[in-house]
Amino acid sequence: MSAALQNIINQPYKHGFVTDIESDVAAKGLDESTIRMISAKRNEPEWLLDFRLKSYAAWLKMTEPTWQNAHHPKIDFQAISYYSAPKQKPKLKSMDEVDPELLRTFEKLGVPLHERMALAGVAVDVIFDSVSVATTYKEKLAEVGVIFCSFSEAVKDHPELVQKYLGTVIPSSDNFYAALNSAVFTDGSFCFIPKGVKCPMDLSTYFRINTEESGQFERTLIVAEEGASVSYLEGCTAPAFSSNQLHAAVVELIALDNADIKYSTVQNWYAGDENGVGGIYNFVTKRGLAKGVNSRISWTQVETGSAITWKYPSVVLLGDNSVGEFYSVALTNHYQQADTGTKMIHIGKNTRSTIVSKGISAGKSNNSYRGLVKIAPSASGARNYSQCDSMLIGQESGAHTFPYIDVRNNSAKVEHEASTSKIGEDQMFYFAQRGIDAEAAVSMIINGFCKDVFQQLPLEFAVEATNLLSFKLEGSVG
Amino acid sequence: MIYADSRTILEVRNLCASVEGTPILKNMNFTVKSGEVHAIMGLNGSGKSTFSKVLAGHPDYEITSGTVIFEGKNLLEMAPEERARAGLFLAFQYPIEIPGVGNSQFLRLMYNTVQTHRGKDELDPLEFDDFVREKMKLLEMREDFLDRSVNAGFSGGEKKRNEILQMAMLEPNLAILDETDSGLDIDALRIVAQGVNQLANKDNAIIMVTHYQRLLNYIVPDFVHVMVDGRIIKSGGKELALELETRGYNWVSDEFKAASRVAA
Repeated sequence: MSAALQNIINQPYKHGFVTDIESDVAAKGLDESTIRMISAKRNEPEWLLDFRLKSYAAWLKMTEPTWQNAHHPKIDFQAISYYSAPKQKPKLKSMDEVDPELLRTFEKLGVPLHERMALAGVAVDVIFDSVSVATTYKEKLAEVGVIFCSFSEAVKDHPELVQKYLGTVIPSSDNFYAALNSAVFTDGSFCFIPKGVKCPMDLSTYFRINTEESGQFERTLIVAEEGASVSYLEGCTAPAFSSNQLHAAVVELIALDNADIKYSTVQNWYAGDENGVGGIYNFVTKRGLAKGVNSRISWTQVETGSAITWKYPSVVLLGDNSVGEFYSVALTNHYQQADTGTKMIHIGKNTRSTIVSKGISAGKSNNSYRGLVKIAPSASGARNYSQCDSMLIGQESGAHTFPYIDVRNNSAKVEHEASTSKIGEDQMFYFAQRGIDAEAAVSMIINGFCKDVFQQLPLEFAVEATNLLSFKLEGSVG
Repeated sequence: MIYADSRTILEVRNLCASVEGTPILKNMNFTVKSGEVHAIMGLNGSGKSTFSKVLAGHPDYEITSGTVIFEGKNLLEMAPEERARAGLFLAFQYPIEIPGVGNSQFLRLMYNTVQTHRGKDELDPLEFDDFVREKMKLLEMREDFLDRSVNAGFSGGEKKRNEILQMAMLEPNLAILDETDSGLDIDALRIVAQGVNQLANKDNAIIMVTHYQRLLNYIVPDFVHVMVDGRIIKSGGKELALELETRGYNWVSDEFKAASRVAA
């Protein structure tokens, strides 16, 4: 690979700084008392403590999954701190009361917390280590009946809603990391769009891990009632530490009749250095339940960070005529490993799903698409279209595709297309011979390759994603 | 055409180049003046395609000695994109496919990058669309060409036409056509040649690298050079190409060996 191409894809991580802020960090280790401590710190009701303890009991009986195409040393779950919060209580009344150090942190990350400075039309909930530190535009949203707040506040102010939906899409015994999350989750975002309401602005959560050797276990729950719709955005960064941090989140989406949820992620957790030291283990369970007729759930993800990414944002298509979509770009470099994809479970009649996955592997990284399309006997007339494209940069990276198709209804139509391409020296030379330098060439090739996915992102986020890829792929910033 | 008041565009002196340690070009000498059309002919492995790639700056080739002056500048010190911006154009023998990158997007970036370098204004997408469609007519190209990905799924003839289209847009000082005739049917060959002939003028120059004399019926060279084992061993006018067509290449080598013996 040419030196120019090497330089372009090997840009340093610019979010790797640590904020020096006084934090309340729990001692490392996990047992029942840790869970009781977390629950007590958050003044949780009894039913939630029960949910946690049941999840913990389930987790103890489970073993870590080993089937993924990603390898890491065994995680010592007793060497992790399960709670870390910046000291700044009681809960703030306005943004002006937020610790200036925190404000500066998020400004550095490009997430302004002052509403007057915020992007027009986006409400932001900000999670710093284990707790939510700020939510913007809350009052404005409340006027139309939209609830958008941290998970802790939701438990306090809307316990009936949380209790009704929590764990209904991803039961706590679903898998090893979901069970762990259900036992120890600390904060996250809650969002409820009542019947008939189109959410007037995009909602956004920004996650930041700051403390070394702490895990982040957040929980997001989004409910769109009959005829409601919402577009939700999620962004993530973390400091550069030489140790690995575990991020095991759970995201549940529920769409009732005619509801529409669009969930977009730009994930840029610290990926480790060029020798594969450090970085986030991003083991996330995301699932949407398209429960009502004509409901629609759409996942769009741009995964560029994390040492290991292991996530399969899925849709259970229960309602007749419901629609599930998954659009993904996963970029891996150096020693990063990504095993990501989706599951589309067709149960209702005439359900439709679309999967578009674009994997880009550079350096010595490994990038796998893993997807399941399941058509249940009840899903007559179901349709799926899947397209999985891989792009290799250099000689040492790997791209893999593991599609699983399980069709139990013979009126269903399932299509799968796959391709592998390469940014080679000859392509770069072709661009150069036409006067185009290596940076512009790589950017054009990658953007062309990812076009079908970027088109799905909300405008503000599309800009961020393009900038992020440009940053990862261009030489000017650092 | 040979003009009395021409300037030297390219001056190659004692150029030696190798790939992975194997010498390919051995003391190549070659001069091109404005207005001239040159044909470099030779068998497979004679080094003629290497010569084109070396001039364009392909990273696989190592220059071991010699000099190349292009428009008064040391070409060997320039990066491939700088050479292109300075007006050196290579029409590739095997144009590469770039899936996902739209042709119009690619052509506009190419054109505007080179224009900016020449101190001229960029064209906005609408102006550019008019401009490129005008050039496409010259090469009788299909309208849907602009919506497709660069060279992806193109036939051999479409790829070669795309090369000449790019040349027509950039108006280079020196165009090197590397086996442009290979893979072209007779109609496509006529169209491509017509495109090249319309671009040739007294300020620029063309080097055609080819196996066969067929192309030279359509683009008539002022000079024909025979390349054997990494250097030019015989040069002449267009009639040399016809002689090669009837007699083959061996007699040129034999003649050269005999001459070398006499000289020794």
